[in-house]
Amino acid sequence: MATLEVSACSRWFGNVVAVNDVTMTIGPGITGLLGPNGAGKSTLIHMLGGFLPPSTGTVTLDGEQVWKNHNVYRTIGLVPEREATYDFLTGWQFALASAELHGLDNPGEAASRALETVAMQDAAHRKIRDYSKGMKQRVKMASALVHEPAVLLLDEPFNGMDPRQRLHLIDLLRKMGANGRTVLFSSHILEEVEQLANRIDVLIAGRYAASGDFRTIRRLMTDRPHRYVVRSDDNRALASVLISDGSTAGVRLGDGVLHIDASEFLRFAEVLPRVAREAGIRLYEVSPADESLESVFSYLVEK
Amino acid sequence: MNRTVIRITAQGMLGGRRGILVVTLGTLVLVVAVLMRSLSTLSDRELAEFLGAVSLTMLMPLFGLIVGTGAIGPEIDDGSVIHLLSKPVSRATIVQSKLVVALGATIAFAVLPTVAAALIMGGSAGLALAIGVGAFAAGAVYCVLFMLLAILTRHAVIIGLAYALIWESLVSSLVPGAREISIRQWALSVTDAMAEPGVFTSHVGLVLAVTLIVGGFVLGTWYAGERLRVLTPVGEE
Repeated sequence: MATLEVSACSRWFGNVVAVNDVTMTIGPGITGLLGPNGAGKSTLIHMLGGFLPPSTGTVTLDGEQVWKNHNVYRTIGLVPEREATYDFLTGWQFALASAELHGLDNPGEAASRALETVAMQDAAHRKIRDYSKGMKQRVKMASALVHEPAVLLLDEPFNGMDPRQRLHLIDLLRKMGANGRTVLFSSHILEEVEQLANRIDVLIAGRYAASGDFRTIRRLMTDRPHRYVVRSDDNRALASVLISDGSTAGVRLGDGVLHIDASEFLRFAEVLPRVAREAGIRLYEVSPADESLESVFSYLVEK
Repeated sequence: MNRTVIRITAQGMLGGRRGILVVTLGTLVLVVAVLMRSLSTLSDRELAEFLGAVSLTMLMPLFGLIVGTGAIGPEIDDGSVIHLLSKPVSRATIVQSKLVVALGATIAFAVLPTVAAALIMGGSAGLALAIGVGAFAAGAVYCVLFMLLAILTRHAVIIGLAYALIWESLVSSLVPGAREISIRQWALSVTDAMAEPGVFTSHVGLVLAVTLIVGGFVLGTWYAGERLRVLTPVGEE
């Protein structure tokens, strides 16, 4: 059991603030770090992994400073986002070197076990430079797992994986979480995080925006004003019936289309087809106008 | 020292194009020596001058640059060093292990060829040993210096090349005051002290030279370890 503690932690590069006054605790189980690209997820993971000093604040592992402390790697396994490995080695040599560097009693056995865990034993004797992206990702994973770390940090681990590899990794991380290990992974895809994490921390523009289980995050993401663009055979009539309902905050008639601000997502989704049918209005198109992840996230920040 | 680090470093450094370059340089010295031998007979003094120029002035800095930066630079550049640094191995140990590989390559492919060249061209055993020890001293300091440089900056090769060409070859031979801070001059002082008097010419006192060589090596190794502790092998987001 191990706990990572981030307190009042900021990190800037020149005058760009990448992580802004973040305080969080990461304990046993699976934590998903969610945020759009450029939100500071990688910077935060680098600080958690001891590869970047915080500009202010502290990052500790069970009370011990992580920065400039190579002993934390007895507890931490790190799977970096960058693909580069010692690609002149074979997968087996890479995992074995990792086990030796950890000073394990039986490095050969540990390396075999780790390669088996990520289902890479068949390709173990090929050079890493000949691996596919997904295989490289798995061999990095094996190297991080050789010493069965209590803490596993993964930066965008699902990038470049095919659906089968993705399922395999999800399964593996679930098992680790269930065993009481502390697993933190970052992602910019809500569904990915939702599927796997017991707890989600949302980071937006360097700030800690929200946290909770996926239901909490889902609700935060859906209980917000949604914008829709609707085309129907009678926009004006549809506007008037919609505005009379509480789920609609505003309507605007545009060039052949109707712009709608819905205040309650779930209710609006139910109201729109119903009132249209009752009023005999035919809907041609209903499309969300602001469903990009950034806009969903930026709503959370404003809150 | 860590055997695993030594193994991976040697494999990475000598496996690719860098390995071919290293072997070629060593071979080239031998080829030049054989050519010289077949063309003319050199006096000890001429031999000393020739080896001083070829080995101490050209080969050693270049070699130190290739193996000193090569032992750690490429993995810092491509980010793979993170896999080495995320292990419970002290940074000092990593630096020392990588240095062992760089020094081993220097001895095998630069110092020994230098000694062999001296013998091939008809130099005495004493002269060959003297130039060999000098070459080793220079090579060791160059390795540390350039390894440190590779940890400090991504432009280590350019800076190192500029140093070797401009400072060591040009400034330190033209400006008398600059000789005290020339690795080549320190090495030459050691060689001069070991060889018969009057064969080599050096400008730095032996005690000062040995102090600077040993001090530079030890301090450089220590500082490289310290810098590796605070290396952030991650791009900015």
